[in-house]
Amino acid sequence: MAKKLIDLVGITKSYGDKVILDDMNLFMNENKFLTLLGPSGCGKTTTLRIIGGFETPDKGKVIFDGKDITNMPPNKRPLNTVFQKYALFTHMNIAENIAFGLKIKNKSKAYIDDKIKYALKLVNLDGYEKRMPDSLSGGQQQRIAIARAIVNEPQVLLLDEPLGALDLKMRQDMQYELIRLKNELGITFIYVTHDQEEALTMSDTIVVMNQGYIQQIGTPEDIYNEPQNAFVADFIGESNIISGTMIQDKVVDILGTRFECVDVGFGCNKPVDVVIRPEDIVLTEPEKGIIKGRVTSAIFKGVHYEMEVEACGFEWLIHSTIMKEPGKEVGLYVDPFNIQIMNKPESEDEKAMVEE
Amino acid sequence: MVNKVKHFFEKFYLVLIIIILYMPIAVLIVSSFNASEKNKAKWGGFSIAAYGKLFKDELIMDALYTTLLLAGGAAIIATVLGTLVCIGMIGMKKKMRSVIMGVTNVPLLNADIVTGIALMLLFTRFTELSFTTMLISHITLIIPYVVLSVQPKVLQMNMSTYEAALDLGASPAYAVCKVIIPEIMPGILSGFLLAFTMSLDDFSVTYFTKAPGIHTMSTMINAEYRKGIQTEIYALSTIVFLIVLIVLFIINRRSAAADRKEAAVQ
Amino acid sequence: MRKLTSRIMSGPYIIWMIIFTVIPLGLIVYNGFTNSAGNFTLDNVAAIADPVNAKPLLLSFEMSLIVTGVCLILAFPLALILSKYSKNKNSFIVMIFILPMWMNFMLRTLAWRLILLNNGFLNQWLTTIGLDPIYLMNTKTAIVLGTAYDYFPFMVLPIYNAISKIDKDVICAAQDLGATGMRIITKIIMPLSLPGVISGITMVLVPSMSEFVIADMLGGGKVYLIGNVIEQSFNSGYADVHMGSGLSLSLMVFIIISMIIYRIFDKGEEADGVW
Repeated sequence: MAKKLIDLVGITKSYGDKVILDDMNLFMNENKFLTLLGPSGCGKTTTLRIIGGFETPDKGKVIFDGKDITNMPPNKRPLNTVFQKYALFTHMNIAENIAFGLKIKNKSKAYIDDKIKYALKLVNLDGYEKRMPDSLSGGQQQRIAIARAIVNEPQVLLLDEPLGALDLKMRQDMQYELIRLKNELGITFIYVTHDQEEALTMSDTIVVMNQGYIQQIGTPEDIYNEPQNAFVADFIGESNIISGTMIQDKVVDILGTRFECVDVGFGCNKPVDVVIRPEDIVLTEPEKGIIKGRVTSAIFKGVHYEMEVEACGFEWLIHSTIMKEPGKEVGLYVDPFNIQIMNKPESEDEKAMVEE
Repeated sequence: MVNKVKHFFEKFYLVLIIIILYMPIAVLIVSSFNASEKNKAKWGGFSIAAYGKLFKDELIMDALYTTLLLAGGAAIIATVLGTLVCIGMIGMKKKMRSVIMGVTNVPLLNADIVTGIALMLLFTRFTELSFTTMLISHITLIIPYVVLSVQPKVLQMNMSTYEAALDLGASPAYAVCKVIIPEIMPGILSGFLLAFTMSLDDFSVTYFTKAPGIHTMSTMINAEYRKGIQTEIYALSTIVFLIVLIVLFIINRRSAAADRKEAAVQ
Repeated sequence: MRKLTSRIMSGPYIIWMIIFTVIPLGLIVYNGFTNSAGNFTLDNVAAIADPVNAKPLLLSFEMSLIVTGVCLILAFPLALILSKYSKNKNSFIVMIFILPMWMNFMLRTLAWRLILLNNGFLNQWLTTIGLDPIYLMNTKTAIVLGTAYDYFPFMVLPIYNAISKIDKDVICAAQDLGATGMRIITKIIMPLSLPGVISGITMVLVPSMSEFVIADMLGGGKVYLIGNVIEQSFNSGYADVHMGSGLSLSLMVFIIISMIIYRIFDKGEEADGVW
């Protein structure tokens, strides 16, 4: 089993009367790529800043490798941060930026020079030592910020939406770069983002957060395929979220039609939320599907068509490589395995917490 | 523990500076209520007589009137000229713009005494010193503050809104009035206020360009501070301080509210 | 914006600045290089080397350096602490430190006179607590105190603005990389706030260099600065416009040098300092 490296115990943080994090518990394993994912204001950055030591929690403890570091200042912590807007020192050149942390640790000049070379090579920017941060592109500045952090050999690298300011192409390149870096360095990455695609691409573990609460923790596959509530389902990818009733084990009533599914243990005649991913709905001849409907729109999206089908009073979102023209009658079929059943939020409070 | 000591020193330093900054003002206020005319440092009993005499003193009242008229007039004209040039600079080449900004910096960075002398040389050569020459001098002195307050707001402005107004059929003049001016209004207001106070505060330029017999507060005090109306002047300081306090407090509340609004939007 | 509109809007300002800034300076140059007969001469400019004028100039330079130094040493820590305690420049605490600046300059100087007079407040306080009185009036110290007090806010504000503009994350990054208090100040905050420091220095050095009325009120005519020399050459029985202009030119050389330094560091910084 992987070793538990960071343990957040009962972390609570509020600014004024606004509660950002409410009794959060979370542990992070060594050498993993863990992503805190959620909309803005969900508390993900605050969590990261608490781990980095830039904020102190009102309640709770931060345990690092068995030691309580809750009140340890950031300069003493064995971890480094890559900031959202790079936070490079604009009055120093690249080499001086990278050397900053090492000089504080009184490393020898030879060691520092070596490290600068190594770090620049690692981020594919050899020969940039004498350049000033202002003369670099956003992507390059971000690589320098990463280089500046990793030369200190932190056990954990904290990344706060590091790709947020980059354009799409650059962002995708940097995603691969980060995975490569993580594997080469063999250290723990804790990554904060609101971009679900980024999270799904890079992470070993994703922590979905909303309004200061953890909604779900799991591998990217878990999070995508088996969202535990409507918020996660809605936030990660596109989905059809429909109110339904669990008739009995493995049978759910959706919009008046009984569907087979694989979920058990929800009880009898219990109201539930049903999630069906748009790519899991198969369009058939009208009479061959479980329900019948009529295509209302079809848009070409590159890898697939995005279609809307009106059936049983619900507008179904469907992704398919085969186009059915608007107005056409179709049948909808869903494999029982692809129907995901979730409990409805029990109280109004919980609903608020889930719905944002 | 270390933090507590640090916080103590920081607070201590703030308080120390506040004491140094306000001690002279406190001295003026105390002196204005001191009945003793000879030595203000020795308490000779409480008196508000100076306040009564202050409003009857023609010299002080005239100077006050001249100062306010001069500051008001100069600030209005400077604000109009300064704002216009800032908007006009939008359409200019960079080189021309930097020439204008360079000239703008001259009265700002030049020693006031040189600005005053230079203007005096001009006026005495072509006309004679009068209230008008004082007004012109003050405008010249304070105009850079308007430009430097308005210019950043013009640069920050989203030019697309002006172009959108033109696109929607507005004439350039209409677009300037309805789109640009409202957007840079905070800069115009703070420029006006800054210009107004700079004019109030000026001594050197006024000293060299004023007509005989006309005094502003500053030149009046300079001419009279050794003479018998000292206590009235101290009384005046108390009133000036109170007005400054009230005005700044109001402005501060308003800008703080604006800041909060801005923060809320973000 | 169309060229014509642009010209109409900036025209009045440009004309104004030419007539009332450029031409008057031209007149100083003209007067400085001519004698009363209107002939070209270098005497007025060269007069600065005459000990009668050189001494006040050097004294002015020395005193303005002291004033600037005092202001800088007091203002930097203040700006640093203020930036920590205040969220923005409109916060109440910043206002407290700007407020005295809005009192009339002459009244502020007058207040220092009350304090420093031989039988003034300072000596009253000193004798009350049993110390010997100190006679500062009509000394250089008095002028330095009064001048530093007058220009102190002009040092605080630009530095405060520069420090406030530093991205909080940059400070966090330095901490994250292991830097602590003093090192963050010397390696990060000081270099990054340099433009503010430079503009503060210019804003204090130039006016204190050419000061004459504070020297008059607190120096009692005993301390003679270059500003006093120039003022006298225009406003006394021995008025010599040409000599005064020549000396003004020499003074301006110093100012131009500081202007150049200012331009180098000022790369289009916002000048909304006082607000």
